[in-house]
Amino acid sequence: MPRITLVEFNGTGHTIDAESGKTLMLNAIENGIPGIDADCGGACACGTCHVFLDPQWLAAAGESNPLEDAMLAMRPDREGRSRLSCQIEVTDAMEGMVVRMPEYQM
Amino acid sequence: MNPMTQLPDPAATPLEEIDFSDPRMFLEDSWYPYFARLRDEAPVHYQAESPFGPFWSVTRFDDIVAVDTNHQDFSSEPAIVIGDPEEDMPLDMFIAMDPPKHDLQRKAVQSVVAPRNLAEMESLIRSRVAAILDNLPVGDTFNWVDEVSINLTTQMLATLFDFPFEQRSKLTYWSDMATAAPQISGGDADPRERETALLDCLATFTGIWHEREASDSAGFDLITLLQRDPNTSEMADNPVEFLGNLLLLIVGGNDTTRNSATGGVLALNQNPGEYDKLRADPGLIPSMVSEIIRWQTPLAHMRRRATRDLEFRGQKIREGDKVVMWYMSGNRDERSIDNPNAFIIDRKNPRHHISFGFGVHRCMGNRLAEMQLRILWEEIMRRFSLVEVMAEPKRVQSNFVRGYETLPVRVHPL
Ligand code: HEM
Ligand code: FES
Repeated sequence: MPRITLVEFNGTGHTIDAESGKTLMLNAIENGIPGIDADCGGACACGTCHVFLDPQWLAAAGESNPLEDAMLAMRPDREGRSRLSCQIEVTDAMEGMVVRMPEYQM
Repeated sequence: MNPMTQLPDPAATPLEEIDFSDPRMFLEDSWYPYFARLRDEAPVHYQAESPFGPFWSVTRFDDIVAVDTNHQDFSSEPAIVIGDPEEDMPLDMFIAMDPPKHDLQRKAVQSVVAPRNLAEMESLIRSRVAAILDNLPVGDTFNWVDEVSINLTTQMLATLFDFPFEQRSKLTYWSDMATAAPQISGGDADPRERETALLDCLATFTGIWHEREASDSAGFDLITLLQRDPNTSEMADNPVEFLGNLLLLIVGGNDTTRNSATGGVLALNQNPGEYDKLRADPGLIPSMVSEIIRWQTPLAHMRRRATRDLEFRGQKIREGDKVVMWYMSGNRDERSIDNPNAFIIDRKNPRHHISFGFGVHRCMGNRLAEMQLRILWEEIMRRFSLVEVMAEPKRVQSNFVRGYETLPVRVHPL
């Protein structure tokens, strides 16, 4: 149960006891964290679960796949540390990870 | 499509004898049992003959997501409707382009509908909605489609393009003409009238483009944004592409929102218990808006073309085959959506619908559409205890745009 902090665009932080083996998106949704819409339910098909990882956590989150890249490519607010949270599986190595949420999902 | 023949019996007719592209199924709103059969018996179904040529129908929610997100195998070129583009009136739109060209063009215009910009437009939209609702003829029966739905979306489009406000009805007309060609979607526009209309659209916007270029506009309208981005700053020099992208933005933001604005009134009248829930808790409006968009499914389908021979759900699809994703069927798929035929404004997971598509072409205007509809319903609930449907709607004859020509209503002030 790594503790992960999700920070809303306005700076409000939410620390959750995340469940390893589940995606970051599901962990956020099940804990009722605002700022992630996840319209497609995790199919990497909508782009509304966009988050920014603090750089030191990029490696722990693993590689993104080509479809994720294609979905992210269209986000006007994409950054190098952008990821779709439904494509990140939470692991115990993520203890203390900080994830920032964008101003909006679209 | 022979108007003299009746639609076949949905339960007894062999699947091979049913034309799933028949626009009358949509005109009469009788498509449900036909597509339920496809979902159950042949979810990836080949129809060898139709007025639009042979095509595959994909009808289950998850299968549609799989096709929609696989743009390598399922190309959006040259067109995303079941029919083929007209030789003499080609249109070049990024909805009908594959990456990487698609991505470049979409990125150029996408930020105009980013929620941050939308928030700035909210009060303007709200005041326009309020003016429309305040001028409705209380006590009379009137056509909701004309007085509210078309009026509202046309004003929105004029705002987005900063189009001359007094000429704004042209936008609606061009949009109708763009989608109503018989060979494209089974509609009934006269091809010559259509061509004249689209050329007028091009000429008008080319004029606006040059005026705005000369005036060094600092505005935030779509034309100015296109001019400002290096990827699209020369777009007016390529009329086919320019017209295509204009029409994409006009059509995208027009019929879809319009028909959702009408569909919501119809759905609430058919489900008075849901109307009661809404009156008891207007906080349900955002989730109701998603449910309306699911229930209505304003665009019945998107079409792809297979880029290679491949196997999909056990079917052998050949390179070049047309593959039609029937969104309205995906939104009624009991495998993915609980009680899908019911209209439930406080559904558990209302955003999980397929009306905006998925993958790289997922609707660019989805947040704008949701915002317009949210504001519309907030303002309706402030004014009226009931928008009462007085007669059956008249629907549009098209297998692409699922919409209404008329919905006679009466409004009852609070
Ligand atoms: C309820 C309202 C709307 C519905 C149901 C709707 C539906 C759709 C669908 C199904 C697609 C294609 C998705 C795919 O191929 O996977 C699409 C694309 C698009 N829509 Fe919408 N739309 C709506 C409102 C709007 C609005 C208001 C705009 C105005 C900007 C808009 C602009 C676009 C554009 C530009 C595309 C092309 C995106 C691309 O190819 O990358 N739409 N829409
Ligand atoms: S939930 Fe849709 S892309 Fe992640």
